[in-house]
Amino acid sequence: MRIAACIALLTAMAGAALATEIPLSERRSGYSFMSADTRAMQDEDTANPGMLSVLDGETLWKRKAGTADKACADCHNDARVSMKGVAAHYPAFEKALGKPVDLEGRINVCRTNHQQASPFAYESRDLLALSAYVAQQSRGEPIAAGDDPELAPFVEKGHALFMQRQGQLNLACTNCHDDNWDKKLAGSAITQGQPTGYPLYRLEWQALGSLQRRLRACITGIRAQAYDYGSLELVELELYLMTRARGMPIETPAVRP
Amino acid sequence: MARLALTLAAGLFAAGAPASAEELRPYTVVGDAIPQSLTGTSGDVTRGRALVVERSSTCILCHSGPFPEQAFQGDLAPNLSGSGVRWSEGQLRLRLVDAAHLNAATIMPSYYRIDGLTRVGASWRGKPILSAEQIEDIVAYLVTLRN
Ligand code: HEC
Ligand code: HEC
Repeated sequence: MRIAACIALLTAMAGAALATEIPLSERRSGYSFMSADTRAMQDEDTANPGMLSVLDGETLWKRKAGTADKACADCHNDARVSMKGVAAHYPAFEKALGKPVDLEGRINVCRTNHQQASPFAYESRDLLALSAYVAQQSRGEPIAAGDDPELAPFVEKGHALFMQRQGQLNLACTNCHDDNWDKKLAGSAITQGQPTGYPLYRLEWQALGSLQRRLRACITGIRAQAYDYGSLELVELELYLMTRARGMPIETPAVRP
Repeated sequence: MARLALTLAAGLFAAGAPASAEELRPYTVVGDAIPQSLTGTSGDVTRGRALVVERSSTCILCHSGPFPEQAFQGDLAPNLSGSGVRWSEGQLRLRLVDAAHLNAATIMPSYYRIDGLTRVGASWRGKPILSAEQIEDIVAYLVTLRN
């Protein structure tokens, strides 16, 4: 009897926690919060600074590398065909590692295992360019990450991280991106924190940057200890964000203020 | 102008000048207030205003107020105009020291607290967001906001 009551209570609490989640019909990309100028920059490939990296990525795709002396294209041929829709399913479960890897991590798995080359450093120009090129092949494709049942515990951990208050300011991602996304933080729009456009060009950075870079900026913003690039925690957060954005179209390379 | 807007909009994400490491001074909560000054003296109104609008104090990331010279203010929280009418000095002090004491679900940070926090970044660990002197300066200023 007591146990039943407890379960009922827990279920009610879980229900309450989920109540802050953004309903499907209200999901909005960061794009829709931007000024007309910034939107135009994203929309027009010749004006979009992220496209320069995509072009670099295309060159790297075809360049042989490593002891295997193989290019990405030697295994995957034409990226426009083989990579279409791929980024929409990342982070994905990597059996050999027993954990999820994001797109950057997956590219490095190919570097090490198939090209026998050293992995790219996170946030390096080459890794950003290749991931932008691969993700751009999914432009317009609906996000569909997290289906693999092996991913369930990692999605759950990402969700817990999203809800966890942390840092000297004691704020959680959910406080801003679920509860206050229609508001302004010192005049700047707080968006829903949707991961639709990564890697993307941020005018504030004057550079292309990964989703992990953005997450680390938000974590440092609340004065918490940022997780290291490539850490499982950041991949879990990325994974949760992608499941939260299910069905939203990929926009890579997006532009943000 | 656009550049300026961007820099300011980066808002929260600028590393602030944290209060220096210090032992927290003891204080007593009476009802919904801390009646006694944390420092034993009253704060400085001019310094208090300067602190409220300074980005590293974080107030106007969330709040707006009578700061016509500040182009970028937040709207996550009540306007600070009239704070001195709505609240007594002691009530304002507790709101700054530990707003969560009054409302566990609030997003307003506790400015004079070091316990019960998770994964605080190395440069901020063990320090309150504001020092006792800074809190007293801000309280002294908020009390003057009478309309
Ligand atoms: C106090 C508010 C606040 C908190 C807490 C916060 N963020 Fe953010 N976040 C922002 C602001 C402001 C931006 C910049 C708006 C923009 O340009 O997208 C942003 C941007 C983002 C973006 C980029 C969205 C886009 O369209 O490119 C993501 C993703 C994101 N945040 C995720 C998170 C995660 C995950 C956490 C917790 C680890 C978090 N945020 C914590 C305020 C916050
Ligand atoms: C992350 C958001 C946030 C920050 C930063 C913040 N506050 Fe608040 N503050 C709030 C919210 C939300 C409330 C509404 C009451 C509540 O939630 O407890 C509030 C309430 C108040 C009140 C009572 C307002 C009223 O009249 O009802 C005062 C005064 C106040 N804050 C002052 C400050 C000062 C001064 C600072 C900076 C030192 C500050 N706040 C920083 C979110 C914030």
